[in-house]
Amino acid sequence: MTQTLLNLLAIAVPLAVGFASLFAFTTWLERKILARIQNRIGPNRISLPFTRFRRLFGLIQPAADGLKMLAKEDIVPRDADKLLHLLAPILSLVPPMMVLCLLPLELPYATAGMRALQAAALDNAVLLFFAITSLNTLAVFMAGWASRNKYSLLGGMRAVAQMVSYEIPLVLSAAVVIMAAGGMNAQAIVEAQRAQWFIFTPWGLAAFLIFFIASLAETNRSPFDLPEAESEIIAGYFTEYSGFKFALFFLGEYLAIFAVSGLAVTLFLGGGAGPWVAAYPALSCVWFLAKIFALIFVMIWLRGTLPRLRVDQLMGFAWKFLLPLSLLNLFVAAAALKLAKPWLSWPVGALVLYGAAVALSRSHRADAAPRTYSYAE
Amino acid sequence: MSTPAWHEPVLQQFPAVRWDGAARALIVPPELARAVAEWLTQPDHGAWDFCSNVTGVDYLPREVKEKSKRPDGTEEIVVRTEPGSLQVVYHLYSVAQRSGPLVLKQVVPRQAPAAVSLTPVWRSCELQEREVYDLFGVSFEGHPDLRRILMWDEFTGHPMRKDYAEPQDYEWEPTPHGDVLEKHRRGKVIIA
Amino acid sequence: MSAAAATAAASYSLVRQPAMETGLLEVSMGPHHPSTHGVFRMDVRLDGETVVALKPVFGYLHRNHEKLAEGMSYLASMPFTDRLDYFNSMTNNWAYALAAEQLLPIEVPERAQYLRVIMAELTRLVNHTSLVGFFLNDLGALGTPLLYAFRERERILDLFEQASGARMMCNYFRFGGLRCDVPEGWLARARAVVDAFPRFLDEFEKLLCENEIVLARTQRVGVLSGAQAVNAGITGPMLRASGVNYDLRKVDRYGIYERFAFRVPLGSAGDCYDRFMIRLLEMRESLKILDAALRDIPTGPVMGNAPRVFKPAASETYGRVESPKGELGFYLIADGTTKPYRYRVRPPSFINLTVLEDLCVGHTIADAVVILGSVDIVLGEVDR
Repeated sequence: MTQTLLNLLAIAVPLAVGFASLFAFTTWLERKILARIQNRIGPNRISLPFTRFRRLFGLIQPAADGLKMLAKEDIVPRDADKLLHLLAPILSLVPPMMVLCLLPLELPYATAGMRALQAAALDNAVLLFFAITSLNTLAVFMAGWASRNKYSLLGGMRAVAQMVSYEIPLVLSAAVVIMAAGGMNAQAIVEAQRAQWFIFTPWGLAAFLIFFIASLAETNRSPFDLPEAESEIIAGYFTEYSGFKFALFFLGEYLAIFAVSGLAVTLFLGGGAGPWVAAYPALSCVWFLAKIFALIFVMIWLRGTLPRLRVDQLMGFAWKFLLPLSLLNLFVAAAALKLAKPWLSWPVGALVLYGAAVALSRSHRADAAPRTYSYAE
Repeated sequence: MSTPAWHEPVLQQFPAVRWDGAARALIVPPELARAVAEWLTQPDHGAWDFCSNVTGVDYLPREVKEKSKRPDGTEEIVVRTEPGSLQVVYHLYSVAQRSGPLVLKQVVPRQAPAAVSLTPVWRSCELQEREVYDLFGVSFEGHPDLRRILMWDEFTGHPMRKDYAEPQDYEWEPTPHGDVLEKHRRGKVIIA
Repeated sequence: MSAAAATAAASYSLVRQPAMETGLLEVSMGPHHPSTHGVFRMDVRLDGETVVALKPVFGYLHRNHEKLAEGMSYLASMPFTDRLDYFNSMTNNWAYALAAEQLLPIEVPERAQYLRVIMAELTRLVNHTSLVGFFLNDLGALGTPLLYAFRERERILDLFEQASGARMMCNYFRFGGLRCDVPEGWLARARAVVDAFPRFLDEFEKLLCENEIVLARTQRVGVLSGAQAVNAGITGPMLRASGVNYDLRKVDRYGIYERFAFRVPLGSAGDCYDRFMIRLLEMRESLKILDAALRDIPTGPVMGNAPRVFKPAASETYGRVESPKGELGFYLIADGTTKPYRYRVRPPSFINLTVLEDLCVGHTIADAVVILGSVDIVLGEVDR
């Protein structure tokens, strides 16, 4: 009994603490990468107090930001719904933390007993993942509603519409992998990719791209950051949050990014697989995190590069492009797996998917094109 | 100056309109203003389709001394009072014919000044006539939305008039406190 | 809604279900808002996300510029004109100098004329790059195009600082010429900036003009027809984007603009995309003017024969220039003293906002921000 409890703590606590510190590192990474894309430098001024260490590339910036958030006054609007206002950031934080346990991280110090207790060993881990991450939608809307602010309400409504719409392509693209691996057990899916990662098949690649785009929308990242569109509705659903609650929202958002990237790595990128893992099993954890960070880097890159979609275009994109494409992908993957003739199914599958993507995008926004202009003398 | 005589057809069509040679402007009585404006927009009357600038000018009543000759040859100085007026000045251009400016003026008295809005003819007058109303006090008949534009809604007075007296305290507060309350107690603040 | 998303947004139709009748949301955007380009407020009435009514509220930056000028001498108002449209101080100065030079017979020497054109066209580049950067910032490209555009703007502001002593509030023009000549080597530095500019424009066009998201969000948004624009007094790139060929540099031929060969780009659809693209194309034309001006500029004095005390006889005049935002005009009534009797600024941004409600109704609130960005306002000019 106590052994089980100790094993559980040995898994849960390092996960929580580790990902929280990775969150701090990711905020630093985001600010630096965005700054470099924008021809700036980013934070590089904070130095460790009472020491000689100056600047250190701004790595202490997250600590300073955290201290600042903690020290700020907690302002609640007078007519806000106090209970919901308090619960919303907590509700946005807890589900991502819960699903972090579902990722098949091979903790380097894990014994067999611990491994059996890991949530990733559940037979329906992936399903549980999607079920729990849907709670984010509720948290966002609670925040928007409880703030009693029209901007927040607009942000909340946009968020609900967006997150609900993009869940379907997300789940359908994961369904391709579940079909190919034969089950929803996260560790089994990683095992099934031992020979070849799912991303290296045509339908796997399509599923990965759809999953990635849908995950950007699920976590409200640019170009789908309409709910927190800074230039239109200030900060959307968390306009009225200050201090620690804002920090909790931030933490929740980044943990959701970790969670969904972790799932993408599990489903498509082979989990902790990589060179020299057989020799040094502890490396699989490192590879897993490295792949997560590669995906996060791409997310940050997209944030710095692309403008934002408008709400009706966002919806159109989900329902008229991603959904038909992911359904088609499901059929193509099923046919390919049934046929089991890679030399036939690969080219045909790739062609079908590419053709469908092009046709759908043409029909979806057929009339937005660059123009030529006339001149008068 | 060799500006073409764009104003002459107007004088022929509307005898009540005067031409002020010194200011080079057409003085239009307010009741004719709309008709003149609509007449001017037509293509064969100059196609004045672009009203560029609408502004107000305030002339206070002033005394003018003029020398005039008495019947017996001596000069005398006659003092007469020229009444004040508020003038609304319109600068018209033609985009189609690339001509302009043609200047129209509506001259209204300073007490209860009422001009006619030319917004139904040229929409560019909409915000500018509101500004003339706000800063000079000229009301425009026929304007779709005549209210203050640059000053806040509860402001009293018309700042651009030449006899405008500034209030002592612009930042009137309904519940004065601190040094504003002090000034109020000493009778130095005009709380309207 | 799906049909409306693909076709013109003006034909937005909502099926009303009486049992689900919802109310309209009234939002006041501004005056503290990241995207209203200054202290500007829009009272918007929304049906869901669609704008049903929009009333702009002005006056948050009203500084009573016109009345102040009645109490100062003519030249003392020159620094105040810098602060009207604070992005483009040089063209504000020129508009005022032009109007005042119509009151007295003043000759502007050749070198001053060329330098005036160079400064005005550099200002046009400054304004259009900033606008394009801010426009894309409003679209959501969080600052990246803005900072690239600002990098170019910094180079030009350095030139302004070397010539006039200040980056933005230059106060460089005088009645009859300029305050002082440009320092040695300035023309070569300006030439370097002008030569490096096309590369930036090419990069920008490639990065953004074929970006699907920009196209989808700006095309057919905020359509303004040419007739509507002329009637509403719209001037500047907004008018030319609606297809009307009216550029004051060609119509009035003030300064020495008739010596330069440049074209006027005209839009076809009058939507936000056209306004954005017209400004990019105008930058290319400005580069041609700058190229020719920097090549042909003569030596000589930069100050003409303006009298020491500027005291015009009683007369009135209206002088206008093509500022980057539109027609900036000054209406001056002189009464024989050293102070103007009436001093009026005809602000292009203010009048361009006449049609804001018409452009925004039927679009979503996100589009309202984009449309406001494409109108290109600066509150210093709107409120004076």
